[in-house]
Amino acid sequence: MNLLSLSAVELSAAIREGKTTAPQALEAVLARIDRQEETCHCYVTVDREGARRRAEAVQRQIESGALTGPLAGVPMAVKDNLCTQGLRTTCASRMLEDFVPGYTAETVRRLEAAGAVLVGKTNMDEFAMGSTTETSCHGVTRNPHDFDHVPGGSSGGSAAAVAAGECFFALGSDTGGSVRQPAGHCGVVGMKPTYGTVSRYGLIAYASSLDQAGPLTRDVSDCAAVLEAISGYDAKDSTSIKREPQDMDFTGALQEDVKGLRIGLPRDYFGEGLAPEVKEAVLGAAQTLRDRGAIIEEFNLELVRYAIPTYYTIAAAEASSNLERYDGVKYGYRAPETQGLEDMYRKTRSRGFGPEAKRRILLGCFVLSAGYYDAYYLKALRVKSMIKQSFDRAFSRYDLLLGPVAPTTAPRLGDNLADPLRMYLGDIYTVSANLAGLPGICLPCGADSGGLPIGVQLMADCFQEKKLLRAAYTYEQTAKRFQPHNYIHNV
Amino acid sequence: MTREYETVIGLEVHVELAARTKIFCGCSTAFGGSPNSHTCPVCTGMPGALPVLNRQVLDYAVAVGLATHCEVEEYCRFDRKNYFYPDNPQNYQISQLYLPVCREGYVDVEVPEGGRRIRIHEIHMEEDAGKLIHCEDGRHTLVDYNRSGVPLIEIVTEPDMGNAQEVIAFLENLRLLIQYLGASDCKLQEGSLRVDVNLSVREAGTAAPGIRTEMKNLNSFHAISRAIASERERQIALLEGGGKVVLETRRWDDGAGCSHAMRSKEEVRDYRYFPDPDLPPVRIDRAYLEQIRAQAPEFPTEKRIRYRQEYGIPDYDIRIITDSKRMADLFEAATAICGQPKKVSNWLMGETLRLLRERNMDAQDICVSPGHLAALIGLVDKRVITGSVAKEVYEVMFESDVDPVEYVEEKGLKTVGDGELLGRAAREAMAANPRSVADYRGGKEKALGFLVGQVMKALGGKADPVGVAELLRELLRRDETGA
Repeated sequence: MNLLSLSAVELSAAIREGKTTAPQALEAVLARIDRQEETCHCYVTVDREGARRRAEAVQRQIESGALTGPLAGVPMAVKDNLCTQGLRTTCASRMLEDFVPGYTAETVRRLEAAGAVLVGKTNMDEFAMGSTTETSCHGVTRNPHDFDHVPGGSSGGSAAAVAAGECFFALGSDTGGSVRQPAGHCGVVGMKPTYGTVSRYGLIAYASSLDQAGPLTRDVSDCAAVLEAISGYDAKDSTSIKREPQDMDFTGALQEDVKGLRIGLPRDYFGEGLAPEVKEAVLGAAQTLRDRGAIIEEFNLELVRYAIPTYYTIAAAEASSNLERYDGVKYGYRAPETQGLEDMYRKTRSRGFGPEAKRRILLGCFVLSAGYYDAYYLKALRVKSMIKQSFDRAFSRYDLLLGPVAPTTAPRLGDNLADPLRMYLGDIYTVSANLAGLPGICLPCGADSGGLPIGVQLMADCFQEKKLLRAAYTYEQTAKRFQPHNYIHNV
Repeated sequence: MTREYETVIGLEVHVELAARTKIFCGCSTAFGGSPNSHTCPVCTGMPGALPVLNRQVLDYAVAVGLATHCEVEEYCRFDRKNYFYPDNPQNYQISQLYLPVCREGYVDVEVPEGGRRIRIHEIHMEEDAGKLIHCEDGRHTLVDYNRSGVPLIEIVTEPDMGNAQEVIAFLENLRLLIQYLGASDCKLQEGSLRVDVNLSVREAGTAAPGIRTEMKNLNSFHAISRAIASERERQIALLEGGGKVVLETRRWDDGAGCSHAMRSKEEVRDYRYFPDPDLPPVRIDRAYLEQIRAQAPEFPTEKRIRYRQEYGIPDYDIRIITDSKRMADLFEAATAICGQPKKVSNWLMGETLRLLRERNMDAQDICVSPGHLAALIGLVDKRVITGSVAKEVYEVMFESDVDPVEYVEEKGLKTVGDGELLGRAAREAMAANPRSVADYRGGKEKALGFLVGQVMKALGGKADPVGVAELLRELLRRDETGA
């Protein structure tokens, strides 16, 4: 049995049935990592010994009947901005290069309680700021489908690790598309839940009002299983929402049924700037759903062009404050040989942060400063609520919205780094879901002429993840284009 | 020619709340503890940690707002005040700028010139910072985050006070209200009550306010009074000399009796306040307000009226007793047990006040339990001990709240009731002081007092002086008749 060809849910079933074991699954993943990691560089830290201990322990619990869930024994990877007790968590920043948290993020804790085996921490853009994983202090991650291309970002390491078979599923975080977009670029499934569904406790904040952790998986069934494991109220996060249990029965939503489902296609999502091959594949996905009985309609989603400036104003403002704690006083990097407090602050932060983090800190300080607060930050908050209202109107007519996840397939390494503005504009299709708090899912719907994956994005109204998963599952089963054991490009 | 000046004073009062845990995490607020022992990822600003509002803090803030006649807002929200300093682990303080919990209240005060209403601009909740310890080598600084996240409310008044008397009267009333609510012990010396004084002067009769300064580091009411007088003089001297008052923060040096500029407000820092995205707005509904209102204790003004009706003790006593929640509680509870309000009041007004003054203590720190005070009164009533012994016993009770019944037994302090012993002591006193005996018999009633004293002394004070006097009179009369 080729273990790596299984999905997470299939693997755990095989382990429960005694066909394989958690340690065997882990060894298969570790062997894969040994073979490819030098090229792909999905991980910042691979915790081989810790993972082996955990796999043994989980195996015993499975055998004793203490662990029966659909993720028990499954090797997972976690983005390096989710705290893991005793295992360094760097946010891909020099600032936290040697930081070892004293506690574990709630999402990771829940997955470990469900029996998932943590393999290591994945690469990302520094503090999740970027769309290519190129702003990492640890160097770039390469797209497993073509090593000259980026995996997307900021959860590029997680998406690439899933695509490269270096784990069975991964956790990412999505502030402006950072789970969905790399999923699209790497040909895997990525989902951002409704804001407040997944605890942010232990997720190192970039923009608190937009951050939400989410799964990166091989297929929609895995996505539902992982989401189910990490969802639910957490008293340690004041923005966490108490949702009805039946509302979070995500695996129960895995049904092939879109008959009568109304799906809107925002016209502005298919206009200028969208690569023709991407457009064709995404419209093809819409056609597939129409063939299965969904009602597909184009419509005008208002305010689309304001999403990017609104997002970058709010995210930068919150980031500038969230990143103030990195000052060399308590933990993390401290510049050596400084003269006094001010000098220590200045040198520590000048050397500890990379250019993209600094750019957003400066932008955020500017929009919050006296005299500009009203004109930028407050105005952005007002536009944010108008964008939410425009989605409310859309969802009064449609169950789901469908569109691309990114204007192009994965860019070449270095292309975006030279032009940050171009990178920002690439977030056009994803940031709105964060601004409005909506759930969104991205799944593969084809490839461009160079073989790079294309993703299609579905969005739903708040708390409608089940609708989203039902449509995604229907598409996936119908298209059959998605073959988990074939998309991995071997070194 | 010298002009007349008016003083305009507003206050910013920080009150450390009595909540057992911190404002945004479950760490203890207990004072002391080894450095950084009352800390967690939240109050040390660890990456990924998130704040959760302590409900008790909101309860106290709303209770103080209601007690000071504030409007409690339906929605309040927390904001981040961004500034870099190592005592602040996140480099932002979570406070309330845009939507504070309470607005527009007042506290009425009595001053010799009559009643004054001091308006409250707002009350907001915020977190305290940690403490920096500068090492003696002058090169290192250590930080202790035990105080980081300890809950505070800041009460901001309107500039409604014109002199130190009004300021002190306001602060005393405010402190009393807060102590009655149990929301804080409000100790200036220990920093659980911190007062910043904003003061400006203007020529009498003019409407335009002058430039103000803010005075910090005021650790007693006495210091506040002196600082107000000093700052008024300083500003007037500046103006009279043709100079200008500068908008600045000053630090009071109580030892030197003067203040020094800390930082000018011209170089004002931009705190980049914005709503904290980690904390959703707090909604305060009517039911919650009613619940807090229902929990409110009987306040001093209400107590005074009731005391007058119920206890029949002098107004002066009522005033002193109700000026401290601790004393009022002790008075009511002890009276409920022994049923003798006047006697309880006498113990409070006499020995208790004397001991407090002597030891420079606050009435809040009285440790005597009501049961013990009632028992002591009972011992005197039943003549088990004399009044002077009772005072000695009370001093020990004041020290460590001992049970007077046990203590009297243990130390053998009961009044000597044994007739033979008394008679022997009386006769010995008469024999030793023939002069006094003669004086008494010669009609000098005063001489009896001396003899009583001698008997008491011989018995170590453990006799009932009235009984001793009776016995002596009896003996002196009998001996006169030669019996």
